[in-house]
Amino acid sequence: MKDSSVKASPEPLVALRGITKRYGELLANDRIDLAIAPGEIHALLGENGAGKSTLVKILYGVVEPSAGEILWQGRPVAIASPVAARALGLGMVFQHFSLFDELTVAENIAVALSGDRSLRDVRAKLGEVSRAYGLALEPDRAVWTLSAGERQRIEIVRCLLQNPKLLILDEPTSVLTPQESDHLFATLEKLAAEGCAILFISHKLEEVRRLCRSATILRGGRVVATLDPRKRSAREIAALMVGAEVGEVKGGGAQASSAEVLRVRGLTLAPAAVHGKTLNGIELAVHAGEVVGIAGVAGNGQSELFASLSGERLAGRADAVAINGKSCGLAGIDARRRLGGAFVPEERLGHAAAPTHSLSENTLISHHAGGTVGRAGFIALDRARRLARDIIESFDVRVPEADPAARKLSGGNLQKFVIGREIIRQPKLLVVDQPTWGVDAGAARLIRQALVDLSRAGSAVLVISQDLDELFEIADRIAVIHDGHLSPTRPTGKWTREAIGLEMLGVARGQGAHAA
Amino acid sequence: MTFFEAVLLTVITASTPLLIAALGELVTERSGVLNLGVEGMMAMGAACSFAAAVTFDSTLAGVLCGMLAGALMAALFALAVLGFAANQVGSGLALTIFGLGLSGLVGAPFVGSRRDPVAPLHIPGLSDLPVVGRILFSQDAFVYLSFALTVAIALFLVRSRAGLTLRSVGENHASAHALGLPVLKTRLAAILFGGACAGLAGAYLALVYTRFWSPGMTAGRGWIALALVVFAAWRPGWVLVGAYIFGAATVLQLHAQALQLGIPSQALSAVPYVATILALLLLSIRHGRAVGAPGSLGLPFVPDR
Amino acid sequence: MRLELVPRASVSPVMRAVAPVLAFLTAFLIGGLVIWLLGRSPLAAFQVYVTGPLQDPWALQELVVKATPLALIAIGLSYCFRANLWNIGAEGQYVIGAIFGSWLALATHGTEAGPWVLPAMMVLGLLGGALYGLVPAFLKTRFGVNEILTSLMLVYVAQLILDYLARGPWRDPKGFNFPQSVTFDPAATLPPVMEASRVHFGAVFALVAILVTAVVVACTLFGYRLRLTGDAPRAARFAGFSQKRTTLAVFAISGGLAGLAGISEVSGQIGQIQPSISPGYGFTAITVAFLGRLNPIGILAASLVVALLFIGGESAQILLRLPLDLTNAFQGILLLCVLGADALVSYRVRLVGRGAHA
Repeated sequence: MKDSSVKASPEPLVALRGITKRYGELLANDRIDLAIAPGEIHALLGENGAGKSTLVKILYGVVEPSAGEILWQGRPVAIASPVAARALGLGMVFQHFSLFDELTVAENIAVALSGDRSLRDVRAKLGEVSRAYGLALEPDRAVWTLSAGERQRIEIVRCLLQNPKLLILDEPTSVLTPQESDHLFATLEKLAAEGCAILFISHKLEEVRRLCRSATILRGGRVVATLDPRKRSAREIAALMVGAEVGEVKGGGAQASSAEVLRVRGLTLAPAAVHGKTLNGIELAVHAGEVVGIAGVAGNGQSELFASLSGERLAGRADAVAINGKSCGLAGIDARRRLGGAFVPEERLGHAAAPTHSLSENTLISHHAGGTVGRAGFIALDRARRLARDIIESFDVRVPEADPAARKLSGGNLQKFVIGREIIRQPKLLVVDQPTWGVDAGAARLIRQALVDLSRAGSAVLVISQDLDELFEIADRIAVIHDGHLSPTRPTGKWTREAIGLEMLGVARGQGAHAA
Repeated sequence: MTFFEAVLLTVITASTPLLIAALGELVTERSGVLNLGVEGMMAMGAACSFAAAVTFDSTLAGVLCGMLAGALMAALFALAVLGFAANQVGSGLALTIFGLGLSGLVGAPFVGSRRDPVAPLHIPGLSDLPVVGRILFSQDAFVYLSFALTVAIALFLVRSRAGLTLRSVGENHASAHALGLPVLKTRLAAILFGGACAGLAGAYLALVYTRFWSPGMTAGRGWIALALVVFAAWRPGWVLVGAYIFGAATVLQLHAQALQLGIPSQALSAVPYVATILALLLLSIRHGRAVGAPGSLGLPFVPDR
Repeated sequence: MRLELVPRASVSPVMRAVAPVLAFLTAFLIGGLVIWLLGRSPLAAFQVYVTGPLQDPWALQELVVKATPLALIAIGLSYCFRANLWNIGAEGQYVIGAIFGSWLALATHGTEAGPWVLPAMMVLGLLGGALYGLVPAFLKTRFGVNEILTSLMLVYVAQLILDYLARGPWRDPKGFNFPQSVTFDPAATLPPVMEASRVHFGAVFALVAILVTAVVVACTLFGYRLRLTGDAPRAARFAGFSQKRTTLAVFAISGGLAGLAGISEVSGQIGQIQPSISPGYGFTAITVAFLGRLNPIGILAASLVVALLFIGGESAQILLRLPLDLTNAFQGILLLCVLGADALVSYRVRLVGRGAHA
């Protein structure tokens, strides 16, 4: 379908014609056409797995297309590498930043600049661009000391130093607070006004409707629509992205009981990783029958909090963590599982599941402690296989073969499996870190519904998430984590986005260190 | 020449091969590749340099052949770990086993030959200074080269664009690839440089230190060089310091053996190895795990295209 | 020109079986080339190295004798390598095991001690190797010291200790100043499995170790623990498996089996303590473990194959005057080929010509 309201620009800056990328049997991009004019802010919309990332990697020369051509200012070009892409005038801000933690800001920028610019020259230009666009950066800070928002600024400044004609941003707001997002949009609008074309990749409709006048929607590797997002309803666009309407999560009245299933008292923890965050005096209670959400920008202590709740790291004091009234701050993860705890970490591959192991083997990871898949040190593989089959059926996990290796599942299906693996144990407490990160809308809805259902059946559920929409949808109470500190928990209805945003920036606590 | 001066001179001679080999490995590791084959490359460097030096009666030919042999060995390693994404630890071990065996084949016809000492380079003026002149400024060319190499590598890493690329590739190869930095090419260059350095260190052993060739003459120096890189937290200046501490330990235990203190000679021979373990231990106690280790060290990289 | 690795959609079972064979063929080609460069006939060498020993009953026994320590050490190392831990000091653990066991043999020498001596020696060997293996494991778990370097350094230390004992306190006073101990009493000598056979009971230990390991790997939680620790260390921690305990356990197991190999070899084969009691079994076993793809049955086969090369190397030295170092060099190439061939299992390898990409 072609939207008549989108005027074909007389001379597009860049035009993709029939771009196709095949990975083995998987068709990641299927004959994609896309055109962007100078000064245009164009949205590339689509679900996780729709082929957006592959397409921009092709455009930026990281990945080679199997077929199709790219026209740059009307001339066909072969973009063989990111260096070639930058030489043409393309800049790219990656979703997973392409930064080097141990290097300084200036070094991070210099390394991507071709030619023979000296570090001193780079620092001077950096100051110039920073001031012009309000992107404050200290050139000699090591990157690992910076917040996610500041890191993104490095990526943007790195692009701007090369005077790009086209700037590509891949899910730029996923790591930003609402205030930081506003700031980013202002910068982008200023750039567009100066004639720079912008390709803005996102799956968040509201921000696309705010920022963009044209959008290309991908589904299953194909273009399903090109339209003006301001002239369509969010519902309509969502349906195009997903291919069917995604229902809403059915809540039903929360009946939080007084039974405290998880209690955290004065949890303080030094970082384990070289550049981790310190947890400071965390206080938290989760009751049976409720979903508690923890909001915050990535890297503010979420993984440390998860590790100390799961028992992968020990708090150093027995009463720092109590599950079902039993102090377990010094007990390992297996002991906490036996107390009724269940845990789903952020990383699916490599943490929640072993990528090369079959799903049935992967059930052993969290089920061996309960003694359901073996006895006396021996494994009952047949039981593990049955268990895997049960999880696959109950949670609608789509598998390519009977008992595939975990890495063969798509993100959404593996996440359904990993969450199902825990819920099927009927835990008293479920702690989930980023439950729907990088998951398609259908799977995300199923997972959120499962979390709500589990709580309504009388379990306590703690959800750590960067996705504010998700928390507003399923959490009964919300707290915000910033720089290792946890705000007090308040009922979801009493929070506004702005209030949460301020907490996420640490402004509310009176320390505006990272405020933009 | 006093006894003290003689000891200092031997310390320099014992430290130089460690320093050169460790500097080469440092560059390799800063690019994110762990090459455990230093011992093998060094052994091949020693055997080939000695064979060439005797055959052509030229120290220079020996040195060049030694470096070439080290680089060729490194190229084999690069083929395995870059071309076939093979496990770096296993491939490095294989390289050492291969190098020790092959050096035996190459060197066998030259057992029993001897080379004349390499003439020291005198620096007019400086060499005539009392005490320091003899020690610091009357050394063979290798010693000056090893100091120059330390400074050059330190500057290269911090100041040059290529050095920045090398560090970036070693720190995070995924980011480097996304930015279009040539990950595999950079690593290939770093591996070859490390091999040439190991070969040079081997050549020094055979042509200057012992002046003869015998099987297994590297005696674990390649492994000590690897430990030095860890000890130095991947910084060239500290490699220099570490190499001289170890060189001194080696020389002192040799002198102690000569003095016949009633300590079993084997206990003294074990000093460098035990010292290596203790040094690694002290470092870990002081700084915690692997300070300064490049982020992608030892991880295979396969670009997706 | 460069190599390009294209990931396969799924692991190829054909390649999994064919890869070690391809590795072998490549290594043989390179080896043949080297022999040809040395001015000898590669075909004659192949005959001496491979087909010759297989037709000679004496050599077949010798094959099992040489394969015994290799298999014992390699099966132990497979525990470490599965968990992605690098014990490369098996040679040292082998030596210390031999020293521990031999101490009892020498202490009871000429005392008509009972049949308990031999089992006690084996246990001491196991213990000695395990303790020595635990040193790098402890340094790693307690202080984070790299286990590769420490375990290797300890090999040199162990060899020097053995050298000291053989030349010093344990030297046979009536041995014409030769650096060797008295010959062990029959009560301290590991008997042959059959009358008049050269194959001693160490071979039985090796078979038992292989069978037990096959069971551990296939059906126990410990076996899964090792695999998970090696393949996904964070998932292993998430499963409640302590990395520290795993490290200590596998180093104790591999050290213990290397120690058992050491005392078996001294007691069943050499019969006394000498300054050198191994032609590098501890290092060769690393090749064996990888050649057998860390699989117990694979290791059994690989130990026999590598033992064949050992024997072939000895006869080649005599018959073709090819130096023994050639065998060592060949091992290195073989290991390199085996590791490289692993790539074929999960990738298709393409040769890309110059100019295909910038």
